[in-house]
Amino acid sequence: MNSWINLDALWRIIVVGLLAGAGLPALFAVGLLALAPQPRPDAPGTDRPTAGVLGYAVAGLCFAVVLAAIGWGIAVIVNHS
Amino acid sequence: MTGNDLVLALVVATALGFDFTNGFHDTGNAMATSIVTGALRPRVAVAVSAVLNLVGAFLSTAVAATIASGLVDSGDVTLTVVMAGLTGSILWNLATWYLGIPSSSSHALIGGVVGATIAAAGGSAVKWQGLVAKVIVPAALSPFIAGAIAALGTFLVYRITRRVAEGPRSHGFRIGQVGSACMVSLAHGTNDAQKTMGVITLALIANGTLHAGATSPPWVITSCAVAISLGTYIGGWRVIRALGKGLVEIEAPQGMASESASAAVILSSTDFGYSLSTTHVATGSILGSGVGKKDAEVRWHIARRMVTAWLFTLPAAGLMGALAYWVANGIGGTAGVVTIFVVLILASVAFFAASRHPAVTPENVNAAWTGSVVPAPEQDEVAS
Repeated sequence: MNSWINLDALWRIIVVGLLAGAGLPALFAVGLLALAPQPRPDAPGTDRPTAGVLGYAVAGLCFAVVLAAIGWGIAVIVNHS
Repeated sequence: MTGNDLVLALVVATALGFDFTNGFHDTGNAMATSIVTGALRPRVAVAVSAVLNLVGAFLSTAVAATIASGLVDSGDVTLTVVMAGLTGSILWNLATWYLGIPSSSSHALIGGVVGATIAAAGGSAVKWQGLVAKVIVPAALSPFIAGAIAALGTFLVYRITRRVAEGPRSHGFRIGQVGSACMVSLAHGTNDAQKTMGVITLALIANGTLHAGATSPPWVITSCAVAISLGTYIGGWRVIRALGKGLVEIEAPQGMASESASAAVILSSTDFGYSLSTTHVATGSILGSGVGKKDAEVRWHIARRMVTAWLFTLPAAGLMGALAYWVANGIGGTAGVVTIFVVLILASVAFFAASRHPAVTPENVNAAWTGSVVPAPEQDEVAS
């Protein structure tokens, strides 16, 4: 470790930052995509389309992972100090 | 009450005053993007942010230790030095807030204390290596790291949701934004409230109340948490407007990506005891969210103005801190400290009065950007 620049902490911040800062919003976006109604070219104008069971399941999973990651992050901060 | 107790009381009051300016100067870091996209109403946003800053201040004290022992030789620090340093930082914070520039409160604080220390004891009392390694290097790197993460996040969320209709997409990301903005507020509390705790601890060490290397006592933690939270609730509408409307026209997905990037960078660096500037991170993230979205307009000239102010923050706050020290030391003793305290109060009142005409308020904070922090008065207003 260099005494002028803490490279060890730096790369950790970059990795954690990328996973949590870009990864979690992306996962959230996947959840939103799963919630969105799928376009059905075969049957236009039918009932209002919904995401379907699979869509809700995927979305729920994505949102749950996001929430869990946030909770875990807070727990790490609290325990570390 | 002896003279020294009076001085200590004034120093603690000034430090809490700085914490208060830190709160309202930085409300925008967490809440600007949520306010401009309509995810939260302005007054609700500042209230939520205030509560989370309060909570965050109790969560971690890793950064407080850095300020108290890592930057200046606490043997050379007297109460007058701390007082002068705080005066310099508050004046710089108020000036930049008035101009709507999101400059770093942490740099103002560090600059003020270092400047006053140099004036009092010379350059050898400053731990230059600590200053470079713990303040300057992170400050130079953090906006780029946060910006890159936010740009990647923005690119990903737009890419993933490109087939989702505009309405549900904005709705979904506004909900996400509330969550990510809350995380930034929490991160701000864990990071910035610590700095004032560090300074008050430094003052208590200088006074001999605490031994060198002591940690912050509970009353210091509590009062700092309350001060930063009150400041946050007041809301620095000028800075909120500059960050949220001035740099990039922000949509909900960009807002969520930039806030997530800010929260992740600030929280992880707090965990490593890095005293990062929340402001640099948040500004970098917002710029990144403009870079990551295709065809988004980024007003680079406003970004340049902000970065210029950042470069000046450490030396300018330092110079004001040094000036305040020379004045206080020239008058001498308790009278000197009381003098700069009174001057500081008068200057604060003057800045506040100047900011009222015209004022930036929760009502006009989202007005279209016309090139200045203070919104143009509405032309089509019907006379009542």
